[in-house]
Amino acid sequence: MTASHDIRATSSGLFANTAARRKANMGQFIRWLVLMVLGIAMVMPIVYMISTSLKWPHEIYDVSLIPQEPHLENYTYVLEDGRFYGWFLNSLVIAVITTVSNVIFDSLVGYTLCKFRFPGRYIVFIAILSTLMIPTEMLVIPWYLMSQSFGWLDTHWGIMFPGLMTAFGTFLMKQFFETVPDDFIEAARIDGLNELQIWWTVAMPLVRPALAALAIFVFLGNWTAFIWPLIVTNSWDMYTLPVGLSTFADEADVAWELVMTGAAISTIPTLVVFLIFQRFIIRGVVMAGLKG
Amino acid sequence: MSNLIIRDLVKAYGNTEVLHAINLEVKAGEFVVFVGPSGCGKSTTLRLVAGLEEVTSGEIEIAGRVVNNLEPKDRNIAMVFQNYAIYPHMTVRKNIGFGLRAAKMPRAEKDKRIEDIADILGMSDLLSRKPSQLSGGQRQRVAIGRAMVRDPAVFLFDEPLSNLDAQLRTQMRLEIKKLHQRVGATIVFVTHDQVEAMTMADRIVIMKDGHIQQIGTPSEVYHTPANAFVAGFIGSPAMNMLAGEVSNGRVTLEGGGTIDIPDLPNGRHPIHLGVRPDDLHPVEGPGLIEGPVTLQEPLGHETLIYVGGTQGEIIAKADGRLPPPVGTHVALGATAENVHLFDPETGVSLR
Repeated sequence: MTASHDIRATSSGLFANTAARRKANMGQFIRWLVLMVLGIAMVMPIVYMISTSLKWPHEIYDVSLIPQEPHLENYTYVLEDGRFYGWFLNSLVIAVITTVSNVIFDSLVGYTLCKFRFPGRYIVFIAILSTLMIPTEMLVIPWYLMSQSFGWLDTHWGIMFPGLMTAFGTFLMKQFFETVPDDFIEAARIDGLNELQIWWTVAMPLVRPALAALAIFVFLGNWTAFIWPLIVTNSWDMYTLPVGLSTFADEADVAWELVMTGAAISTIPTLVVFLIFQRFIIRGVVMAGLKG
Repeated sequence: MSNLIIRDLVKAYGNTEVLHAINLEVKAGEFVVFVGPSGCGKSTTLRLVAGLEEVTSGEIEIAGRVVNNLEPKDRNIAMVFQNYAIYPHMTVRKNIGFGLRAAKMPRAEKDKRIEDIADILGMSDLLSRKPSQLSGGQRQRVAIGRAMVRDPAVFLFDEPLSNLDAQLRTQMRLEIKKLHQRVGATIVFVTHDQVEAMTMADRIVIMKDGHIQQIGTPSEVYHTPANAFVAGFIGSPAMNMLAGEVSNGRVTLEGGGTIDIPDLPNGRHPIHLGVRPDDLHPVEGPGLIEGPVTLQEPLGHETLIYVGGTQGEIIAKADGRLPPPVGTHVALGATAENVHLFDPETGVSLR
């Protein structure tokens, strides 16, 4: 709000004559319009999701955003259907464990690649990065064969194992550790910490914003993952939330109002995760211990 | 007793040798300053002593123990970094106490030690602050406190003042010197600032290209520089260097000026004559060198004058009230005991 006022204040000062000012206002108007359209485009699916979850089955193909007779029957139905809690729990367990695992192991590898000089370091880094180019769709078959031979099919571990570490997370953390000055690490080394302690007590707190970002990415990614959990699970009670919700569709029909209700409920944990971690995303924490 | 002995220390990165057989003994309680232009190897030497880099060959002995193969934490040293490197996520108390983490010591004793150090540094009321709430000088003091708390055999300072502004730098310089007098610690201090070196050191080690050029007290390196590099590096403004020739006890400069110097070796050979601006003044009659005044820099009680001559610009000192005006022709002279002679090939001092 203040920003827009400032801009207007300067532009009125700069463009003393009215024609120029009108032109500036026009530019301002177009900018706002574009932002508004983009904003609406982003919010619409969420609004539509909530609206559909409040509709009766007969009106779900009605594009109107406002339900004719809004009701909460769908929520009662989904929440009373015992399976939903199981799926929710599966998703929660998997997303939490993968998030913790990524935060620890991605940063451990990223830190090593960033702060230690050893032969083959660059090759290892490139090898890790190159896996980013392989799409999930190509990996599910080897993952499946692997799970099958290890007996991991239809288990939590089977769902989780491909995501316990990610190349993206490793890369992200490596780049962030570059911002941690070596002086900190050397000071800690002189102060008598071993390398693992330095990583944990000195380096990790300094990259907290990156860890928060990584946690949000990984949590969301696993919370919404669909293809792999669908393939690796067979039984109702091992389904994750997205897979479970898809079962509200059968050959003849999709119960969209129920799918949307489940989806609406499943956004709650992602909001919670975001609210918890976004306050850690504060820039410039690292610099405070250095020259000001 | 020596707290730190460096013997034939060599450091090479691959095939490039950056330190060539450094030898030095630092006595207990001595304040030694390494000074030199960037890339001269002074910081590398310090990092080798700290154990942050591996020694290629030679020996480092701290408090009577060869420490070549010891980890930094086992070397009985503490280091203060240029960037302070105090941990931003910890309070001042935690930062200072950080070095004691590993030490097995009752908690009450640790707290007492931290408070004593804070008291010495005048930071007792800042112990619960975070680094972001401190000024640059206070942060540097925390870094010094963190080093002091461990009571090491040798303190290592790696250009700790170069991030501070000029006024604060002068102040911290004094504080560190007072601290040294009070605590009597053995300090090895690295800087590129020769003023810092001169004002703080008991002994100065001047380095260039991985070689020690001279080791001596501030007065020794100033008054009897071992070679032309030391002569030019120490002192501000820098010493004037003039090409000339010596024959039979008399030096004749290329511009024609002469000066008689006793105890000169016989024979006739080229020479470089060095004279500090402090020792070069306008004189009546024929001087060492002559030329027009091109610029004045009034400093109050005296004025620096820049004099153009056949050998480039020469800096000399003139009276503060009545310096020769710009454009006038002046003759500059110095006394024989204040000039230095160097071999033009090797730069080695000849007297």
